[in-house]
Amino acid sequence: MMRFLLLFSRQGKLRLQKWFTPISEREKKKIIRDMTSMVLARQPRSCNFLHWKDLKIIYKRYASLYFCLAIENQENELLALEVIHRYVELLDKYFGNVCELDIIFNFEKAYFILDEFLMGGEIQETSKQMVNRSIEASDMLQEDDNSDWYEVELFG
Amino acid sequence: MSPSVPLQEMIRAIRSARTQCEERGVIQRECAAIRAQFRQSDNGGRSHNLAKLLYVHMLGYPAHFGQMECVRMIASPRYSEKRVGYLGAMMLLDEKQDASLLITNSIKNDLSHSNQYVQSLALCTLACMGSAEMCRDLAPEIDRLLRASNSYIKKKAALCAVHIVRKVHDLGELFTPAARSLLAEKNHGVLHGAVVLITELCERNQETLERFRKVPGTVPDLVQIMKGLVISGYSPEHDVAGISDPFLQVRILRLLRILGRNNEGASDAMNDLLAQVATNTDSTKTVGNAVLYETVLTVLHIKSESGLRVLAVNILGRFLLNNDRNIRYIAMISLQKIVGTDHNAVQRHRGTIVDCLKDQDASVKRRALDLSLALVSASNVRSMMKELLLFLSSCPPELRAQAASGIFNAAERYAPSQRWHIDTILHVLTTAGGDVRDETVPNLIQLITNASELHCYTVHKLYRALLTDISQQSLVQVACWCIGEYGDLLLRGECQETEPVQVTEDDVLDALETVLQSHMSSPATRGFALTATMKLSTRITDNVDRIRSIVSIYGSCIDVELQQRAVEYNALFRKYDHMRFVLKMQSSVFCSGSNRQVSPLVFLPQVCDLLDLLGGSEVTLQPIPAVGGTAPGLFTNTSSTTGGDLLDLLGGLEPAPPELSYLIFSAAPTVQVYEKAGVALTLSCEKQSDSGLTVTLTASNSTDSDISSFTLQAAVPKVCLINRANSSCFTQSKSFFRLQVNLKMRIRISYSSQGSAFQDTVQIDSFPGLSAAGH
Repeated sequence: MMRFLLLFSRQGKLRLQKWFTPISEREKKKIIRDMTSMVLARQPRSCNFLHWKDLKIIYKRYASLYFCLAIENQENELLALEVIHRYVELLDKYFGNVCELDIIFNFEKAYFILDEFLMGGEIQETSKQMVNRSIEASDMLQEDDNSDWYEVELFG
Repeated sequence: MSPSVPLQEMIRAIRSARTQCEERGVIQRECAAIRAQFRQSDNGGRSHNLAKLLYVHMLGYPAHFGQMECVRMIASPRYSEKRVGYLGAMMLLDEKQDASLLITNSIKNDLSHSNQYVQSLALCTLACMGSAEMCRDLAPEIDRLLRASNSYIKKKAALCAVHIVRKVHDLGELFTPAARSLLAEKNHGVLHGAVVLITELCERNQETLERFRKVPGTVPDLVQIMKGLVISGYSPEHDVAGISDPFLQVRILRLLRILGRNNEGASDAMNDLLAQVATNTDSTKTVGNAVLYETVLTVLHIKSESGLRVLAVNILGRFLLNNDRNIRYIAMISLQKIVGTDHNAVQRHRGTIVDCLKDQDASVKRRALDLSLALVSASNVRSMMKELLLFLSSCPPELRAQAASGIFNAAERYAPSQRWHIDTILHVLTTAGGDVRDETVPNLIQLITNASELHCYTVHKLYRALLTDISQQSLVQVACWCIGEYGDLLLRGECQETEPVQVTEDDVLDALETVLQSHMSSPATRGFALTATMKLSTRITDNVDRIRSIVSIYGSCIDVELQQRAVEYNALFRKYDHMRFVLKMQSSVFCSGSNRQVSPLVFLPQVCDLLDLLGGSEVTLQPIPAVGGTAPGLFTNTSSTTGGDLLDLLGGLEPAPPELSYLIFSAAPTVQVYEKAGVALTLSCEKQSDSGLTVTLTASNSTDSDISSFTLQAAVPKVCLINRANSSCFTQSKSFFRLQVNLKMRIRISYSSQGSAFQDTVQIDSFPGLSAAGH
C-alpha cells in the first residue's frame, strides 16, 4: 500500500499532505522535513527512486511542484510513477492547465479529487473519466445543497 | 464550482505577508475569528471557516480546536458542510483522538444514506482513519454494501473492507465470500478493489490463501481477466499509452504471484499467460515496463518453468540497456535479489552490469557495485577485479569505503595467487588508502608475513610506493613495517620477482626519516616509522649511530606515544643493548589484532623473567631440533620438534647468576670436547661481529667401520636465542648476544655403528676463546 503523498514547492513549502496510516503530528512534521530535504537535494537527472527507512520513495517534479509518494517494499515503483502521473492528469483536467497556484487556492478540491482516485492507500478507480464524472457530480451537489438532494445514479 | 471567496481572500492575505512574523499575525487574527464563528450556532459560512482552518493547519499551525467543529459539520444535513467536515476529520482527527469516536454514529448513518456521494464520503473517511473499534462496529454494514449496491459504492466498499482487515485481522473471515463473488464483476474499479481485497486476505491468512487456491476457478478467472486486458482491442476508458488498464494488470499479476508461490498447480495454470504478457507487452513507455517488471517478479517467485525464468532474466537484461535511468535501477535491484538463486542466468549479463559502473547516476552506480561484487567468482576474478579497481579510482567518495572493502573480501576469497592478492591490496591502498577499514593494515601485514617467498618482492614494491607518495597512511604504515622487517632483503640488491633497487642504508633511512618528519604522517604512522627505524638497527651494519641519533631526537617529542617509544628504544641502545635481538622477533607478535605496534620493551620484563629464572628456579630450556645426517659437523634446520625428551637432559643444569657484562672475543682456538669409541667432537669459536659468535662443532670418526644415522642435538639455556633464520647457511651460526658470561651447552650424540646403536651426552661448560670482561 501507499503510506503517504506529499506535494511541496521548490522552496519546501507544503501544498498537500495525505497520510494513509495514523501518525502523530510530531512524526508527520519530521517526515515532511526529511522528505523535503531529501528530494530537494537530488540532482536534476537522477533516478526517481529513493530508499528511506523501510519504504520506497518515488518522487517526480512537475513544473514548480514536487510530488512525493511513499510506498511499501512490495509495491511496484514504476507503477507508482504512473500513479503520480495519473493524479497530475486528473488535476490538469479539472483545473485546465493546472499550476501551483490552483492547488494553493483550491486545496480542498485537490483533496476531493485525490479522494476519488485513491483510498486507504490503494488505487480506487482506474478510469480517468469515471473520476472526473464523480467529481463533477459531487460539485453539482454542493452547488445545490440549499435545495433538495439530487439523486444521481452513475451507470455502473 | 465557484471557489470559496472568504477562503481565497484569507489565503491571499497570508501569502502577501512578507515576513514570518507578519504571517503569524495574520494567522492569529484569522484563527481568532474562526474560533468566534465556531462558537456561534448555525450560520451560512461554516464550511468556509473550516476550510480556512484546514489551510492554516497545512501551513503547520495548531488547529485542534477545529476537531469538534468537524464532528458537528459531519452531522449536518447539507452536503457542502458534510464534505468539508469529513475532509477535516481526515486531516485533524486520527484514531488516537477521542473525538474520532464521536463520528462513528454519523458515519453509520451516512453509510445507508440515499445519496451515493454521501455514502462515498463516509466510506472514504472510514477507510482513511477508522479505528479498530469503529471497524468492528461498521464491518457488517460494509459487507452489506459489498454485496448489494451500485459499482460506484462497491469499489469503495471493497477498499474499506481492505482497511478493516488490516486493522482487525479476524474480520477477514467475514469478507471472504463477498470478495470471491466480486471477481465476476465487469467494472474495472470494482475488479481492482476485489483483487486488492483478495490479495490482502491471502497475505494475512494461510487458510484463506489455500481456499482461494483450491476453489476451482480463482486462478483461471484471473488468467481470463488478464487475457482480456492484454489481447482484446483498444478500450479508450482504460487505455494508458497502448496498455489496457495497467493498474489492474499489475494488481492481478501480484495476486497471481501470491497464489502461485510454492504451489505447482497454480503456477502451471498461469505459465502460458505470463509468457504471453512477457512477450506481447509493449516496452517503449514506462507503463509497459511497469507491467513487464511485475511479470518478471511474478515469474521469479512462483514455480515457473526454466524457459520462462530465462525469459524473465533476459527481460531484466534488456532493462539494463534501457535509456531510462529508472528502468536500469529497477533491473539492478531485481538482479541483486536473484543473484543468489539464479546465479548463472545473471552471470550472462555481467558485461552490461559492469558497464553500469560507469553510469552517471549515483544510485545506479551503487547498485552496479553491489551486483558486480556479488558476481565475482573464481573463474572471472582477474577480469572483474580489473574493472573494480578501475571503478575505485574514479568512483564517488561515498562509495569508496564500500568498494574497497568489497574488493578486499573478493580478493581474499578468490585470489588466484598470493602475489596477485598482495598486488591487489597494494593497488587499493594506493588508490583509496584513506577509505579502508582499520583492520586492513594488520590483515595485510599478516598476509605478507605468511607469503614468505614474496618478502623480497613485497618490500621492493612497498619501498618504491613509499618513495612515490607518503600521503596514504595505511600504505605508509605497511611500507614502514615491511622495511623494518625485511630491510636486509632490500639492501641486498637482488630480487627474482621484480627489478631490484640499488639502495644504500642511508637511502632507506632517508625514506623512513621523511615519513617521520612529514606533516602528512599521522601519529600512528610515525610510530610505525620509528619502530621500523629501530628494527633496522639489527639488520644493518654501518649506520647504527645514525639510528641512535634519530631515536634520541624523538625522546623529546611532543606526542606522548612517540616519546615513550623513543625513550624505550634509547634505553635499549644504552643499557639493554644485548636485548636488541628482541627486535628480530617475528613481527606477528607486534600486529595481532590491533593497528599499533607494541613497544618492544613490553617484552623486556619477560626476558628479565627468564634471566631471573636462570638464577635457580625451574628452567624451561629450548633445545635446537636437529635432524640426522651423515655429514659430520653440519646442523641442518628441521621443523620437527624433538624437544620433549631433551628437557630431562637439561635438568640439573645450574647456570650461574646473570651478569650483564660484555664479552670480549679473541681468536678462535679449537678444543676437543668429547671422545669415545673413536668418535670425537671438537669445538671452535669464532667471533664474527661484535654481536655475533660462531660456534663450530666438528665430529670425526676414527674407527674402521662406517657410522650411520648420526644425530647431534644441542641444548642451551633459553636466554641465548638461537638464530635459525640462516637455514641455507653451511654452518648453523648461533648468535649469542652480549649476555651473561657463563654460556653452557649440552650435546647428545647418537649413532649406529656395526649394527648397534650408541648414544651419549656431553656438557660443555666453557668455550674456548670466551672470556668475561667487566663492564
